[in-house]
Order: sequence, then C-alpha cells, then structure tokens
Amino acid sequence: MGLLSKKDAQLITDPLADNNPITIQVLGICSALAITAELKASLVMAISVLFVLGLGNVVISLMRNIIPSKIRIIVQLIVVAALVIIVDLVLKAFAYELSKTLSVFVGLIITNCIIMGRFEAFALGNGPWKSFLDGIGNAVGYGVILIIVGFFRELFGSGTLFGIPVLGDPIAKTGLYAIGYENNGFMIMPPMALIVVGIIIWIQRTKNKALIED
Amino acid sequence: MENRTDKNSYTILFAIGMVLVVGALLAFAASFLKPNIDENKRLEKQQNILYAMGVNENDESNANFVSTADAPELFKKYIEKQLVIQGADVVEDKEAYLIDVKKEQTNAKAGKERKLPLFVGKKDDKTFYIAPIRGKGLWDAIWAYVAMDKNMVVQGVFFDHKGETAGLGANINKRFFMDDFIGEDLKNNGTFKGIDVAKGNADPLNKDKSDNEVDAIAGATITGNGVSAMLKSELKLYVPYFETLKN
Repeated sequence: MGLLSKKDAQLITDPLADNNPITIQVLGICSALAITAELKASLVMAISVLFVLGLGNVVISLMRNIIPSKIRIIVQLIVVAALVIIVDLVLKAFAYELSKTLSVFVGLIITNCIIMGRFEAFALGNGPWKSFLDGIGNAVGYGVILIIVGFFRELFGSGTLFGIPVLGDPIAKTGLYAIGYENNGFMIMPPMALIVVGIIIWIQRTKNKALIED
Repeated sequence: MENRTDKNSYTILFAIGMVLVVGALLAFAASFLKPNIDENKRLEKQQNILYAMGVNENDESNANFVSTADAPELFKKYIEKQLVIQGADVVEDKEAYLIDVKKEQTNAKAGKERKLPLFVGKKDDKTFYIAPIRGKGLWDAIWAYVAMDKNMVVQGVFFDHKGETAGLGANINKRFFMDDFIGEDLKNNGTFKGIDVAKGNADPLNKDKSDNEVDAIAGATITGNGVSAMLKSELKLYVPYFETLKN
C-alpha cells in the first residue's frame, strides 16, 4: 500500500479478520442477531455503522485532550447520538425512501457497543487520521460478518437474496421447491443468527490456531 | 499535579458547553430540514393512497409507488373527492388527506368526536373508497390505506410500519402479504367482521375470499394480530357511512 504506512494499513486490515469485532471481540452481537434476517438490512446497517464510526472516531479523537475523564462515556454517547440524529434527519429530508428502509436501525446504531468500544479504546488515545482508519477497519470488519450472516439467513430462510427469489417459488413449487426443498423457517429467527455467528467463529479458529484461547 | 480536565469546575463547564453546542446544532439541523421532511411526508401520503387504489408502478413481485414527481398530478386526477366524516356529518375537504389519524385517535380517547377522512377515487369507471387507519404492531405504530368498494370488499391495501422486525413483521408492506387482501370481504353475511391475519388457516393460497381470513407471516404473530385488530376496530367506524351508500 503506497498511500498508507504499514502500521496505518494494519489499523484497517486487523479488524477484518484476526481482530474482528464480532467474531473475536464478540461485540455488536445484538445488532448482528436482530437485523440479519435479510441481506438488504444487513448491508444498510453495515454502511450506516461505517459512516457513524468513521466520523465519530475523528470527532472524539479531535476532542480527546479536552474531554473530562470523569464524564467521558457520557460525552461519547452524546457525540454518537448527535451524529445519528443528524444522519437520520438528512436522510429523511433528502433520501426519504432510504430513511424508511433504515427506520429503526439508525436508532440502533447508538447502542452498538463497537462504536463506544472504539471511542473508548482507540480514539481517546490516538490522532484523528489513525482513529479514522481504525473506525473504518472495525466498521468493515463488523459489516462483513453481518453480510455473511444475512446472506445465509435470507437464502435458507426465505429462499431469496435482496428480496429476489433465487431458489424458485415455494408456493407454486418451481425451481428447487419442485423436488421437495423447503425453506427453513428457523433461519429467520434470532437464535439461528447466533448459531451462524458461532459457525463463522468456529471456521475462523480452525484456520488460525493462534486465535484459540486456553 | 492534578490534570486540568479532572477539576469539577472544568467538568461542569464542559458539560454545559457541550449540551449547548450539541443542542443548538441539532435544533438548527431539525428546523432547517423540516420543510423538506414535511414535503416528503405529504408526497408519501399521496403515493400511499394512490397505491391502495391500484395506481402504482408494481412490477412482478415488488411494490413500487408512482414517482414523487408525478404523485401530486395523479392524486388530482384519480381522487375525485376527499371527505371528512364526523358523526352523521359528511363534508368535503380538499386537504382531508393531511388529517393526522394519530391525533384524531387521541382526540377520540379524550371524548371528542373523531374526524374520519375518506378518499373517493375513480379509476376505469370503478369507484374506490380509501380509508387511512392506524394501529399497533409489535414494536411501534403500524398503519394502512385500505381501498374498498361500496360493499366494503377490499380492492387494494397498503400497509406500512414504523419499526417492525426486518424480515418478519416488516414484511407487511410486501406484496405477498398485501395482495392477499385484495378481494377479501370485510363483511360476513352483511355484518361487519373485519379480516383476520390467521395462522394455520386452511387456505394458504387465499382462494376463499369470503372467509374473513388471510394467511399470516411466519414469525410475525404479534404484528399480524396488530393488523387484524387495526382493521377491525378502525374500519368499523366507517360502517355507518357505507350503510348510507346503499340507498
């Protein structure tokens, strides 16, 4: 990477795999369970978090020397809440259709522990550029898992991807359904998201033994 | 030495400053963007009403509204009359579609007589009576625009929600659910009965249009119950008006 120094590049690449916020740090699980029943919602949530975490990390990093340590958590919460409200308002004014698709997710971003986690663990101690990279890296690491989970849940649960039927019509019995295939209704329930995340963690740790704790 | 930012006085000043700055910023953003947001909501109402009476750009499987640019013109073209029903009084009101159903429901609870908006549309010589209604889903509000003929047989419906679960209750605004309502009779042998969103009904392909039932969405029981309750309690209020249409 010519643009970034090796250390800077690591800020982005580490959270993608070996320090992934969901599968290694087990943060942000709540949203990973709640919204991954369909791929589109997963993608939208991933993009929203990317925006809020990237920008929020920069804001907190710029303020890091003036934030009183006693109330720093509250300050972080206000920054993320303000960002989220502004994003919500701007979407409602200029991209109304999209804002309806997002609806609750925008509000859910505030409670995403990855965001508060990165503010607290990284942005408070590093400069804006590094914090920005760290935010992007973690948000992408989070988003990738969301999209993988969303893909499998929507495919096996509803037989669709982005709402488009890919396995045939379950009622008219075409495509795969003609030979007796059935959608697995359990896939669209939250417990199955936990199991899918578990399988991803399992595969990741089988491939990289260094990740296994004693 | 104690850090400057650890002092109580600094902390309090910082907190006050932060609240003022963030508060001002958000208030500014909200009031600056309000006209755009209100306009979007107004156009959305027109799109929803038109959707219910079949003026939409649906493709094979997805629900699509007419474009926001065309909505005002099409609304003028297809909606012949906008009525406000209050008790036995029925008056025309060109802005009846802007009546806030939520506010009217609160007024009704406080003992005031509720204003019921009803839109009369005409397409291909068929008359549609479209009622905006509102109820509760699992997490938050759900609402609908129901287009009926004069016998209270559903001709089209548009459901929407504020925050139902994605992939489950949120699917009430998908065509596989909404289209099931088309042709369903809200009455049973002449008396108002509503339409139940029923689990395990014997008619998943929805061929029986007079059973007062449509097939529920798996995993969305409470949202479905909310839809049934909303249709029953809200459309009931319109029954006296539909009785007058018989003469």
